[in-house]
Amino acid sequence: MADSGAARPSPVLHAPIGHDSAPRHVSGEALYIDDIPEPPGLLHLAVGQSARAHARVTRLDLSAVRAAPGVVAVLTPADVPGKNDISPFAGDDPLFAEGEVKFVGQALFCVAAETLPKARAAAALAVVDYEDLPAWLTADAAVAAGSLIEPTQTMRLGDAAAALEAAPHVLSGRLQVGGQEHFYLEGQVALVIPGEGADLHVWTSTQHPTETQHILARVLGCPDAAITVEVRRMGGAFGGKETQSVQWAAMAALAARVTRRPAKIRLDRDDDMVMTGKRHDFEIDWSVGFDGQGRLQGARFEFASRCGFSADLSHAINDRAMFHADNAYALPAAEIVSHRARTHTVSNTAFRGFGGPQGMMAIERALDAVALSLGQDPLDVRLANLYGVAGDLTPYGQTVTDAVIDPIMRELAESCGYRARRAAVRAWNAGHPHLKRGLALTPVKFGISFTTTHLNQAGALVHVYTDGSIHLNHGGTEMGQGLNIKVAQVVADAFQVPLASVRITSTRTDKVPNTSATAASSGSDLNGMAALDACEQIKARLSGWARSNFGHDPVFTPDGVQVGRELLSFRDFVNQAYVARISLSAAGYYRTPDIRYDRVNHKGRPFYYFAYGAACSEVAIDTLTGENRVTRVDILHDVGRSLNPAIDLGQIEGGFVQGMGWLTTEELVFDGAGRLRTHAPSTYKIPTAGDRPDAFNIAIWSGGENREPTIHRSKAVGEPPLMLAISVFSALTDAVASVGGHRVMPDLDAPATPERILAAVDNVRRRAGG
Amino acid sequence: MARPIRFLLDGAVHELPADTDPTLTVLNLLRYHLRRTGTKEGCAEGDCGACTVVLGELEDGRVRFRAVNACILFAPMLDGRALFTVESLGREGSLHPVQQAMVDSHASQCGFCTPGFVMSLYALQREGAPADTPSLKDALAGNLCRCTGYGPILAAGQAMGRTPEPDIADALAAIRPAESLALEHGARRFYAPRSADELAAVLEANPDATVLAGGTDVGLWVTKQRRVLPTVVSLNECADLKRIEDLGDAVRIGAAARYADAHAALASLHPAFDGLLRRLGGLQVRNLGTVCGNIANGSPIGDMPPALIAAGATLVLRRGSARRELPLEAYFLDYGRQDRRPGEFVEAVTVPKPPPGRVVHIAKLSKRFDQDISAVCLGLSVGLQAGQVTDARIAFGGMAATPKRAPRAEAALAGRAWTAATVETAAEVLADDFTPITDMRASAGYRLEAARNLLRRAFVEAAGGDRLQDLEAVSA
Repeated sequence: MADSGAARPSPVLHAPIGHDSAPRHVSGEALYIDDIPEPPGLLHLAVGQSARAHARVTRLDLSAVRAAPGVVAVLTPADVPGKNDISPFAGDDPLFAEGEVKFVGQALFCVAAETLPKARAAAALAVVDYEDLPAWLTADAAVAAGSLIEPTQTMRLGDAAAALEAAPHVLSGRLQVGGQEHFYLEGQVALVIPGEGADLHVWTSTQHPTETQHILARVLGCPDAAITVEVRRMGGAFGGKETQSVQWAAMAALAARVTRRPAKIRLDRDDDMVMTGKRHDFEIDWSVGFDGQGRLQGARFEFASRCGFSADLSHAINDRAMFHADNAYALPAAEIVSHRARTHTVSNTAFRGFGGPQGMMAIERALDAVALSLGQDPLDVRLANLYGVAGDLTPYGQTVTDAVIDPIMRELAESCGYRARRAAVRAWNAGHPHLKRGLALTPVKFGISFTTTHLNQAGALVHVYTDGSIHLNHGGTEMGQGLNIKVAQVVADAFQVPLASVRITSTRTDKVPNTSATAASSGSDLNGMAALDACEQIKARLSGWARSNFGHDPVFTPDGVQVGRELLSFRDFVNQAYVARISLSAAGYYRTPDIRYDRVNHKGRPFYYFAYGAACSEVAIDTLTGENRVTRVDILHDVGRSLNPAIDLGQIEGGFVQGMGWLTTEELVFDGAGRLRTHAPSTYKIPTAGDRPDAFNIAIWSGGENREPTIHRSKAVGEPPLMLAISVFSALTDAVASVGGHRVMPDLDAPATPERILAAVDNVRRRAGG
Repeated sequence: MARPIRFLLDGAVHELPADTDPTLTVLNLLRYHLRRTGTKEGCAEGDCGACTVVLGELEDGRVRFRAVNACILFAPMLDGRALFTVESLGREGSLHPVQQAMVDSHASQCGFCTPGFVMSLYALQREGAPADTPSLKDALAGNLCRCTGYGPILAAGQAMGRTPEPDIADALAAIRPAESLALEHGARRFYAPRSADELAAVLEANPDATVLAGGTDVGLWVTKQRRVLPTVVSLNECADLKRIEDLGDAVRIGAAARYADAHAALASLHPAFDGLLRRLGGLQVRNLGTVCGNIANGSPIGDMPPALIAAGATLVLRRGSARRELPLEAYFLDYGRQDRRPGEFVEAVTVPKPPPGRVVHIAKLSKRFDQDISAVCLGLSVGLQAGQVTDARIAFGGMAATPKRAPRAEAALAGRAWTAATVETAAEVLADDFTPITDMRASAGYRLEAARNLLRRAFVEAAGGDRLQDLEAVSA
């Protein structure tokens, strides 16, 4: 069990301990999959892709591919012994397209050759003829055509239409929110080595080893038990390796099965960006009714998202967008409508925030509009509508019992000098005709738990060896977020041993089975608890033995194990237990309590708790060119009682900057034929060091403590900070509004590129009358 | 007379045979031939910095250390140089101070970009450059990190300590090539002549050869377009082409002078060049790419041509011993077509020094401030006498199929009073000068409007107006 939350000195818990792999990261010794010494006979794979968005394949001539030098095998649907499907559940995602292609870049076949250059050269030799079919490239076009991945979903609280009707003021608008490429630095990669019989050992860069195992078994028509998936670390993932890593592992597994040789696939960056899904882009219509003080009386949101050609995880992603349409604000009445468009584009997927960020954008825009229409400071309008201040019931029927956002926002406003800077920005703008500044302070409330309730379970495997060293294994995967060090801290604390005694090992499906993806920010919540359970089981056995052997309960201390008057080293203690034939190994398990969700009615308690934070961003724009820069950021974020403040601060800053990129420089451009034109870092621009403002103050909220008994009362931290960057978008909107004297609300869409900012400036000037 | 490629690796001489694939990248050499897998492939186009390694070169008796992208660096370009990779520094348990600072600052999360950052910081330290925040942001603009938000990396850069480093000057002097490198790989050839005269002769004999300067463009032909280049002639070893000469009223930049080499000379012409060069690629690109290469390849969105055309630059082309000079703008004939004849090469560009009192303005618009390709790029040079415009040179990139002057806008300024109203008329007629296109970087509409506004901004800034990039927080 987690401790009660009382402060207890521990050398390892709540301490700013560095990432366990850091010395290997900086020395280049950390092994990623492409760094593993290549086994003899290794084949390299390259993928043949569709050139059309939607077409019937009238001819697929692979004879030149097969005849190319170095080619050992060319794999097509005919070679799939099991099912030609790599979807997580919907059955609509073929490993290789068959007869019909549904997006530019869809896999048609793959080549296995002696070298990677030979494989890539051969793949280019395919002759493919197409007969084009109608293609829906945008969410709007697909919704208009009735092309959806599931029926439109609606979440209701009270009578929103009546509330809007009755409200003294009503505003409405439309907002486009762009998608986002993950741009994990390590691209998709997998290495498969065939064993005896049907056995395969799969090294892959994935957040979801179990699903990889299960899908590979489905594709190959073999039992799950024949496949072992192993992940030591990923070079970044951010949701992009939750489902979308599976296809490549499946191709390598198929190649290994067919040729009986080891096979590796590593996507080139451009291919990776074209062939794998991204954050969903959204089109959002919003309406809010409010009183003269800016208090919301009702709201209506209509979301349309571009899901791509298949369902992937779009059901849950769009659900999470609906769950976060309220962000941190109590809505007396709400209607949230969500259209999930099936388009002829790559299948969009999980990305840090999982629909939540898009869901929050509209209400933040709406509150900025409310403030502008009433001539109020947007911060005051936000404060007046917060959970804990204005109400506590969410549109999905969960009561918010842990709202701490009001104190967080007030503390941040104070510490960052918001009020004085608001006045200073106004004064500065009055004296500068071409450059304008903007300021915004926005909150984040993010629901923690997989909203697909059964996924909220985890396992761990802990072995204590007779020399006192501990082997730690759990179902979570390390993608840089520091999960392994956090869980190791939990284990070291449980036995009161030095952190160095705990050996962190790679995630493997043969050690901990049937795990969930490392996603939804749940990694340390779930796996930390499962590991603690394993430790507690071992400790219970040790205690029982010690009681009968020594007549005392053992007390684990940093100095050793105290048994009555005797202090034994941990090593001696466990070694004696071993000699007494006590098992020193345990499989731990955890499932999140008290959560349930009725997806038909969109009611329940999908979240165990909420994570909160707030950010204040100051920006400047050039009204002649639309160029912009962030000049200062202040963040106050709630991580409960931080398991590791160094790791958590890293997640907060990294998440914020990633969110800032999403809303400013990162623009995905598809052309009229459905081809992605921004498919490399030369054209798709994630933030650089220069985009980080020098004035960047981040603090973990000192009042943080999870009210639920999570692992040592900590809170999840992976996703929530990304949405703090909405403050940047809001500040940019504020800067644009200053051009019209804050009399008209800018129509600024995301990402706020120079082009969009300039267009919004021009639009405000026209509407404000010059 | 085939000889091997010879370079220093961890202080020891390393040789690659004379039949080495001339377009084998250093990244693939390291990862797949030498099994030094600390250097990572993130993009294979020189944009992410995950493959950053450091080259040591002996120049005027001093060893210079330059961070470069191994993914677009061809192995023969190592000849006579020292190569440092992340493995050259320290290992777990015996980390180099730069690596230790990264650990202590929590500067790695997923760790994949980390070796590249380590090497950029190492180069900065070995060059003796300051480690203040602006210098660090400059040095790291070519390294992408998707996890940290950069703060901890910048903190590491400020905290990094030093350790005594072995002096490699003598070792580099010992492997200084006595003869030109020539490789034969099957039917493919690679030549690295050591003087302009030798280069001219090689190109006359191989008029269809690919001329290789820094390779920041040609590298991508190989890694992205997967082209096979039958004959490559590198001008990187031509010492005389590296020269940057002060001609009194002009600066002459040789074909092999890299952006980083020419930076100071160009910045001395006008501070606006400094601003442009800081934003041209990342440091790794500026450490390989050449000013003349940026011109020679004829890209409509190269950053140098608009500024150089506005400055009145002249291009020197050479074939054999015959030279011809032409105004830079005349070199660009059409999209993908330049006035360069078979066997001819760009030998130098000559940039006149602007007389005092001239308004010089260079502006670049891109989605991201650092290390992005222009949507629109402006070079402007306006002569003034008693408040009247004597002459105006205005050139744009990103507005046409080539870098191009704006004759109507220039005419609208010439002979008029240098006022906002005059600039307004010039901005108006830009629509007659250009019909830009829409692509992934910007729409045609934005390009035209922003181009007009850049003229307005030039006027505002000439009058002392604030620049966005100089703004700090309203109160920090």
